[in-house]
Amino acid sequence: MLVIEQLYKSFSTAQGPLAVLQGVDLQLAQGGSLALMGESGSGKSTLLHLVAGLDRADRGRILIDGQALDGHSESALSRWRRHGMGLVFQQYNLISSLDVAANLAFQARLAARLDRQWLDYLTTRLGLASLLPRYPEQLSGGQQQRVAIGRALAARPALVLADEPTGSLDEATSDEVLALMLQLVGEAGSSLLMVTHSPRLAARLEQRCVLRAGRVQVEAR
Amino acid sequence: MSPLLIALQALLSHWRRHRLQFFSIFTGLWLATALWTGVQALNSQARADYARASAVLTGPAQAQLVARSGERFEQSLYLQLRKLGWQVSPVLEGRLRFAGEQPLTVRLIGIEPLSLPPAMTVAGTPLQGFDLQAFIGTPGQAWIGPDTLRQLAVTAGQATSSDGQRLPPLVVQPQLAPGVIVVDIGHAQALLHASGQLSRLLSSDEARPLPAEIAERLTLQAPSDDGDLQRLTDSFHLNLTALGLLAFVVGLFIAHAAIGLALEQRRGLIRNLRTCGISLKTLLLGLALELGVFAVLGGLAGVASGYGLAALLLPDVAASLRGLYGAQVAGQLSLPAWWWLAGIVVSVLGALLAGASSVLRAARLPLLALAQPQAWRLAQGPWLHRQALVAAFLLVVALGCWQWGNSLTSALILLAALLLAAALLLPALLDGTLAWLARVCHGPLKEWFIADSRQQLPALSLALMALLLALAASVGVGSMTEGFRKTFSGWLDQRLSADLYLTPQDTTQALQITDWLARQPAVTTLLPSWRAEIRLQQWPVQVQGIIDHPAYPARWPLLEQSPQAWAQLASGRAVMLSEQLARRLNLHLGDKLQLANQAMTVVGLYADYGNPKGHLLVNADWLRGHLAQAKLSNISLNLAPDRVAALRADLQQRFALDDSRVVEQATLKRWSSEIFSRTFAATTALNSLTLGVAGIALFISLLTLSQSRLGQLAPLWALGVRRTQLVWLSLGQTLMLSSLTVLLAIPLGLLLAWCLVAVVNVQAFGWRLPLHVFAAQLLQLAVLGLLTSLLASAWPLWQLARRQPSELLRQFADEI
Repeated sequence: MLVIEQLYKSFSTAQGPLAVLQGVDLQLAQGGSLALMGESGSGKSTLLHLVAGLDRADRGRILIDGQALDGHSESALSRWRRHGMGLVFQQYNLISSLDVAANLAFQARLAARLDRQWLDYLTTRLGLASLLPRYPEQLSGGQQQRVAIGRALAARPALVLADEPTGSLDEATSDEVLALMLQLVGEAGSSLLMVTHSPRLAARLEQRCVLRAGRVQVEAR
Repeated sequence: MSPLLIALQALLSHWRRHRLQFFSIFTGLWLATALWTGVQALNSQARADYARASAVLTGPAQAQLVARSGERFEQSLYLQLRKLGWQVSPVLEGRLRFAGEQPLTVRLIGIEPLSLPPAMTVAGTPLQGFDLQAFIGTPGQAWIGPDTLRQLAVTAGQATSSDGQRLPPLVVQPQLAPGVIVVDIGHAQALLHASGQLSRLLSSDEARPLPAEIAERLTLQAPSDDGDLQRLTDSFHLNLTALGLLAFVVGLFIAHAAIGLALEQRRGLIRNLRTCGISLKTLLLGLALELGVFAVLGGLAGVASGYGLAALLLPDVAASLRGLYGAQVAGQLSLPAWWWLAGIVVSVLGALLAGASSVLRAARLPLLALAQPQAWRLAQGPWLHRQALVAAFLLVVALGCWQWGNSLTSALILLAALLLAAALLLPALLDGTLAWLARVCHGPLKEWFIADSRQQLPALSLALMALLLALAASVGVGSMTEGFRKTFSGWLDQRLSADLYLTPQDTTQALQITDWLARQPAVTTLLPSWRAEIRLQQWPVQVQGIIDHPAYPARWPLLEQSPQAWAQLASGRAVMLSEQLARRLNLHLGDKLQLANQAMTVVGLYADYGNPKGHLLVNADWLRGHLAQAKLSNISLNLAPDRVAALRADLQQRFALDDSRVVEQATLKRWSSEIFSRTFAATTALNSLTLGVAGIALFISLLTLSQSRLGQLAPLWALGVRRTQLVWLSLGQTLMLSSLTVLLAIPLGLLLAWCLVAVVNVQAFGWRLPLHVFAAQLLQLAVLGLLTSLLASAWPLWQLARRQPSELLRQFADEI
């Protein structure tokens, strides 16, 4: 489903160019899940952003179902994000002006793929049914992250990208949220690429890889 | 280092990273102070000049003796009083005309320095410092202010009046009011053709009763009655002040919005400082000091700009005052030191007004509360409710002023209450409209568009309120000005329908001219007009006596009239009144007016735009019979168009009349229209400036907002909305909010226009104008309003469009 080949990315800093990714190779099968680990500053989020089409690589290729992302226009990348994937951030990034119901349905409606039954199911499973009229700032961190997961899965995307999805939550809540996310990702038939610091959480995914010195070391489960 | 210094250092560090906010607060205070002090500079200069004009002669002379008829009296009365031991000094006043490209009329004052009380000063010069020989001898001296000398544009210190009389050599007196020339009384009598005549006697024997035979002719008048100019021009200055105040409020909106936002962004810092042990008192002192620095900086810049603005507008204002009231105001500013200090004080007060609520909020900030940028939105509901309650109260005040108010102050309170109520209601109205739109708009982006606009409202509402006020003021003042222009032109066309207007030198000459004209076959209509100046209820009134002629009903439009009004006027038992005089005397058709001990019936009311004095129309024969001081002052005539030039030349040659005494209709209309245009020049300029300030308010709010909006826009981008689409959506939001504001500003502006023509003008000038709605002007202002907001949003949007994806990515990641 997702194939990354020899991906390079560097940033210019005051001290000169900072090479973050130096020939990353990675594969994720359809319906599979992969935990991307590494120290702070190792380039995990950068890799995730490149896959999401939020940033462009210096070199290398990202293939989604055999189609390369590089060379796509801004519009094509937007289309990819809208239709092909769901994003879950550490800081939730919900739309503060919309209530929970509107946030949940937002991306699915944007992609014109709203399945009301599936959304109702997600809402119930995520325990959000009583929170629909509330606004993001009226929710706890765990509740906000569930909304973000619901939003990402509402359109049944081919790929879910999660950047430290439980990084702001306590251990018990993060276990609970992750378990729910894994179940629902599975039910949606999506693949999952998750960035995490925690080996304990990473252990719950099918594949694990570690970014070190700009390269990936894959560890089978 | 003391805790205060540490707190100040931490608080001030905010501005290094938020320079735009710093600039916003500074700009708000700067513009508010500049516009307010600019208007005050104009008013101060004019008032100082009025004071100088009425204080040409100052000293212990507490009262003056004037003729009961209000006219000049014989010099023999003065001599009689002197013989009886009265300490009186004679004064003769009159208007002296000077021909030229711009005809000039000055107030000539003739004095007798020898009889003036020793402690008296003349134009700031004490009598001891007088060179009496030079002043009263031959050729004598004519004292003149520097501004008048500039206007006269004479060289070699000599000037000649329009009727060929040479003035004594001119001597510049820096303290002398503009438009005034002081000479010895003997010279004045010659120059004014008033041999043996006096205008008044300065007296220090206020408590002493006048001898009976003199009391029949003269009356003692307190010096406070000499403030006509001050009273006449009060409305003009009050209107300017009101506009200045509006601009000041709009400027403060900018500062208030920026200070509020700075506090919201520093909630975390304030909490941290307090948890680190800095007392609330120290912190508030730090915030107050910070505000003080802004106030002084804004004040200094504002006062300097205000001076510049006033200097720029002064020629127009001076021309308006000269045209409308005959008031002479210097063309150059000379302001006292206290004015500069007052400007700084105004800025400090403005900063206090703009920042007090923020400092109070900081005082009430709970120590353990989390910094919540969204708290504004949550607090919006109760806040809108409170604002609506205040607005409702203000509307009640406005209604009360409209129903029961009977002064210019109440009319201006009505305007202020109405404007403020509308501004306070604006956020609630916009929120309500957006809530309705949210119900009817479907689709994720449309829903976000509306919901996000609602979320932006608290941050933008002050700028939108400023835009509403500025636009409404533009619509209101524009409609009033255009309406006035239309009414005034129509009125002028009717009233100025003679071909030639003559102003003879005196009644004797006027009678000779009339006789001669009556014999000219080319003259088709000859209308001599008699005039006398009187006072009715202490108000100066011009009485005009006209002959019975069929031309009048056609060229003298009446607002209201009794049946056979002109015939009744001709009978000598009736009067017609100008609208403003009728209002002042509270007279209506059919009422009686006591005039020269005769009860006259009011049979007609007419408009008399631009005349600050009252005006009465009576029959000419009646006037000559009942008011001895009546003069034949004007003659208007019609004749075949091809004969106008020839007759004019003949008249000028035969009777030695200069150009200023024989004026053609077109010239008179041009003068009137020029005066009209200049009258509203300052108003229009201030109005445009206010709209500009509102535009800046919107620009600064949008720019500040755009810096904090990345967090709202980045998730949308991540979910697949293109960056260009986001820019268009943001532009759409600004345009939607400003369009709604413009839509509300138009009816508010029309209501304002109605208040101006039907309430304020009536109280200020005594006349009421019909309300005209000019669709093209409204459309133009609406487009201007939208253009202002488009321009205001252009730069923030351009910045948003240019943002690199990496800047958006920073919203998502704590690490790379």
